[in-house]
Amino acid sequence: MVGLGIDWTHAAPTALAAFLASLVEFVEALTIVLAIGAVRGWRGALGGTGLALLVLLGIVVALGPALTRIPLDLVQLGVGTLILLFGMRWLRKAILRSAGVIALHDEEAEYVKETALLRGLGGIARGWDRVAVSAAFKITMIEGIEVVFIVVAMGSAGGGLLVPASMGAIAALLLVVALGLVLHRPVAMIPENTLKFLVGLLLCAFGTFWIGEGIGLVWPGGDLAIAALTVGFLTTALLLVRLCRARAFQVVVSTQAGQ
Amino acid sequence: MGWIKTVWTEFVGLFVDDGNLAVAVLLWLGACWSWLPRLGEPSAWPPVILFGVLNLILAESAMRRASERP
Repeated sequence: MVGLGIDWTHAAPTALAAFLASLVEFVEALTIVLAIGAVRGWRGALGGTGLALLVLLGIVVALGPALTRIPLDLVQLGVGTLILLFGMRWLRKAILRSAGVIALHDEEAEYVKETALLRGLGGIARGWDRVAVSAAFKITMIEGIEVVFIVVAMGSAGGGLLVPASMGAIAALLLVVALGLVLHRPVAMIPENTLKFLVGLLLCAFGTFWIGEGIGLVWPGGDLAIAALTVGFLTTALLLVRLCRARAFQVVVSTQAGQ
Repeated sequence: MGWIKTVWTEFVGLFVDDGNLAVAVLLWLGACWSWLPRLGEPSAWPPVILFGVLNLILAESAMRRASERP
């Protein structure tokens, strides 16, 4: 399946992983930007967000093509390691949240907390409100830098997949902006932990695959091994949710018995 | 120089929640890099070993966190 000069059979998993990961990050950024806009005014909130998006775009344009000049096996080993660490961090957190060991992320609660915080930051300036611009810039950069990392890493280690990875991230941005325009409140209906679970699985599978390629291993089934790795990590993760839930329950019971 | 520290902390935070998990993964990948390609003829075992130990490292980290007292 070819479109825009891209073989989508090869590129679709990369675009999907970039889309899902970006969706999670943009939803988190939207919550804070909405709080800034509601409390400090939309001019500063949108100005800071736009400025950060330009900086992030600049990083992708500068870094993406530069990585394609490094030999592919070195990129796959280095980027695969970072992708694996990033994916394991997300998957571990998603497992612990699913098991009830740590609390789920609550966008509504985050919105309330941020609006209270912003109200305490003094009067709103005429014209460009520096507090709003800097707060929106900071949150968009913090959440966006994770998106940039995923886009650049997935795009370069996959071998020239920067365009499909960028398209996935841009599609997520457009979706979140559209939801923000329609709802004017935090996007709480997106199941953030399920998305993090999925993205963590995909990143672990891609990372492991590329590390294997980088050190010269031959994967049975070629690219199909990525699907097998995803299923393998899913099986482990689902088993771990059960085991962690049972373990946490035992710990609570033994703590209460000791009091 | 404070901003460099902040940027560095944010960057490291992208990859590390549990330091032990990150160190174990890096040590295992280092071992794979130096050892697995020397096994000779391409076979299905090296990829399986790479994948299997990564799952064990993830399991140890998650179970250790679940075992902490609330």
